[in-house]
Amino acid sequence: MNNQLAYEETFDCVQCGYCLPACPTYTTMGKERHSPRGRINLVQMASEGKISIQEIEDSMELCLGCRACETACPTNVQYGKILSSYKEVKMEQEGSSLINRLAMKKGLANKSMLNTMNLSLRFYQQSGIEKLGKVTKGIQVLPENLRAFEAIIPNITKPDKELRKGTLIPDTETKLKVAFFTGCIMDVFFAKINDLSIKLLQHAGCEVTVIKNQTCCGALQHHEGDSETTKQLAKENIVAFEKEHYDYIVNSIGGCGAMLVEYDQLLQSEPEWVERAKGFAEKSKDISVILAELDIEFTKKVEKRITYQPSCHLSNVQKVKKSPLELIYRIPGTTYIPLPEMDRCCGSAGTYNVFHYQESMEILDEKMSYVKETIPEVIVTSNPGCHLQMCMGVKREGLESKVEVVHIVEILAEACGLKN
Amino acid sequence: MLTDEMVEQFQNAIKSPTRMLKEKADLVSYSYDGSFGTYLPELVIQPMSTQEVVSIVKVANQYRVPLYPRGRGTSLSGGPLPVHGGVVLDFSQWNQKLEIDSDDTIAVVSPGVLTAEIDKAAKKYGLMYPPDPSSAHVSTIGGNLAENAGGPRGLKYGVTKDYVLGLEVVTPEGEVIKTGGRTIKNVTGYDLTKLIVGSEGTLGIITEATLQLVPRPQATGTMMVIFDDIVDAGRAISKVLTSGILPSKMEIMDQASIIAVEEYESVGLPTDVDAIILIELDGHPVAIADECKQVEQVCLMVGAREVQIAANDVAAAKLWKARKLVSPAIVRKKPTKISEDATIPRSKIPEMFKRLKQIKEKYNIDLVVFGHAGDGNLHPNIITDKRDKEEMKRVELAVAEIFETAIQLGGTLSGEHGIGTMKTPFMKMELGEAGLDMMKRMKSAWDPKNIMNPGKVFPENENQRLVLVDE
Repeated sequence: MNNQLAYEETFDCVQCGYCLPACPTYTTMGKERHSPRGRINLVQMASEGKISIQEIEDSMELCLGCRACETACPTNVQYGKILSSYKEVKMEQEGSSLINRLAMKKGLANKSMLNTMNLSLRFYQQSGIEKLGKVTKGIQVLPENLRAFEAIIPNITKPDKELRKGTLIPDTETKLKVAFFTGCIMDVFFAKINDLSIKLLQHAGCEVTVIKNQTCCGALQHHEGDSETTKQLAKENIVAFEKEHYDYIVNSIGGCGAMLVEYDQLLQSEPEWVERAKGFAEKSKDISVILAELDIEFTKKVEKRITYQPSCHLSNVQKVKKSPLELIYRIPGTTYIPLPEMDRCCGSAGTYNVFHYQESMEILDEKMSYVKETIPEVIVTSNPGCHLQMCMGVKREGLESKVEVVHIVEILAEACGLKN
Repeated sequence: MLTDEMVEQFQNAIKSPTRMLKEKADLVSYSYDGSFGTYLPELVIQPMSTQEVVSIVKVANQYRVPLYPRGRGTSLSGGPLPVHGGVVLDFSQWNQKLEIDSDDTIAVVSPGVLTAEIDKAAKKYGLMYPPDPSSAHVSTIGGNLAENAGGPRGLKYGVTKDYVLGLEVVTPEGEVIKTGGRTIKNVTGYDLTKLIVGSEGTLGIITEATLQLVPRPQATGTMMVIFDDIVDAGRAISKVLTSGILPSKMEIMDQASIIAVEEYESVGLPTDVDAIILIELDGHPVAIADECKQVEQVCLMVGAREVQIAANDVAAAKLWKARKLVSPAIVRKKPTKISEDATIPRSKIPEMFKRLKQIKEKYNIDLVVFGHAGDGNLHPNIITDKRDKEEMKRVELAVAEIFETAIQLGGTLSGEHGIGTMKTPFMKMELGEAGLDMMKRMKSAWDPKNIMNPGKVFPENENQRLVLVDE
């Protein structure tokens, strides 16, 4: 009997199979063991010692963790918990790869290292080395998956220090007092989106504070099974944001937000933390929720055909589905076309597209077949991972000149006349 | 036991080796369905053409290897479980053919097509594929055909068998036969089509089906009828059906299921009642408006407390949501849900409710009743925990008594889930010795080596009884 796996939770599954159509890997791989029902059963079997962790590894590691199955489940199986328990056991038995560990423990959780990363990426792009690399195909020494990503890395900008200094006061009366959660990868790759988010919140009537002592949300470490590091990061964030009173803790990253709203679950076995974690989780909101509640003033028409690819963790875990759409509807001039099967994961899923490149691309290709049906000019996203993946999809289809990928914050800022 | 030689021959029977699964994680993943019991297959194959099925069956026939056709494994009766080892044939990936011929109003489909996809495709031509099991968006047409699946619309439109015009079947000896055809009328010889539908994969393997489509109703109307006494609800159903109106759905929820739903997610149902019936009418919008009023009158006359007619589609969707929420609501208490489908003649609905209540008390179990009241296809659901062995014993006895009661009242063991493994011990009780024997003769004429889904439909020995827990 393996007591660390979420054995009890597996009994909530009545094996009805309603999760099958919702699962992207079942759809593309076509095998029961790559379905949520299959995975839940495998964890139950592993708990009972009827199959080894190694034997279920392929099935479990290929799960995207998109948690769309939870929304399809008629009996409320907590799949997220079951998956995490596997990851923890796996981590304990084998440890994660050295590179992963270094990146997760030392890299993402370390501010100065992230700043260096931002700086070196900017240097790489601005110095012309990048161009040289692309032209001479010198980068082809990289494996295919990393090469593919090199090609879609956005223009790295420096995070605007002025916006992150202290508290910004709105021009009009203060409607809400919010703290802004920057996220780690976001502030390296998409510092611009964070900048615009802060400006948008201010524009919408929020007093915005960027707290210095905040750290990485812990989502990637959590997906990796490193609950120890995750809990440590969660506690650091809770402490950092408790210092002052804020109405909300706002972020513009679907994936991180999902981690933040589950801090109470993460720390449920630590009585001295659970209430504080609950307080933090309840205050954590995606920027779209806050902006949809406030009246934002649009000053510019955006006459474009827009579609929206939701972040799975925003819709399935944070349960935020309507707010981004409401905002898109409100932008003057836009034509919104729903993306068929929009609730299906794009295959980005944290680091999945790097470590399971082929599988991820099969899922992406299916997603892109719907994008091609829709023919949008703009694909709106709500999470950096999805954003990069959609850029990759657009590139793979050769649509770069026709389809633009933007974060929802970017298009809202454009309609509000806010500049970076 | 499969030998290396047999495995190699099975391998040669299919085009791509990636569709033959033998890793332990795969075998474990095809050891269950939506019912009870787990049985490990020795091999899983995902066939994708009639030719592949023929080759597989020939190998199996030569070596007497049991074959178990499986759709997406949503069966509630154990249909696809590999109870005697052998090979599970997973048809879920063979979903490429879905052709609608709107002039002939038919659909021709491969076995892995999802049932809801057929209706979706028919809709584009103003047509409808009526059978609507609640798993239609998950389950394959092959599985629906094998089990003769029903659904709420069965009241007005009938069940799967009523929409099958023709089949392509691979026999247990590896021959390909075509039954029926593309016409509504066809009396040439025995009706093998209807024999195969509902035979639970014990006579042959369905590799293609020709299905009848009907004109899609222009509109639907929904109403909720509230009863202080479930006996009145039973009378109301009969009265409505003799008033010249045939609703498309009549679904009943008892007080226990109403309370469970309200506690789970309040949708505004009254909880101080004995039962509610949800009624859906379909047809021309003007006719529906008129019929709604008539149904209201009839229900009030037999003692309904109140009738609420949904003003629009949003209000209707809200009412149907309540029905959908029954399942998640009732499993909050305990995780294991045993969904039965013993069916009785319509007039016996009040009596059945009474008897179910007695069974609930006698065995001290959690039992809620909801389901397709209009056609007598109730779904008594027992909520339990399969880890609680003592309670499971009581549940087994209660389930057995439900079956016996249904038969006593002139009903049947199964309205739409099938016999599978679970209900085999009760077959003789319903069919009698001679009735069961005729079925057995049919089976051995078709499948003399007993390789097609063995262990299903027929009890394997006299002392077999219902078992829900692994012992």
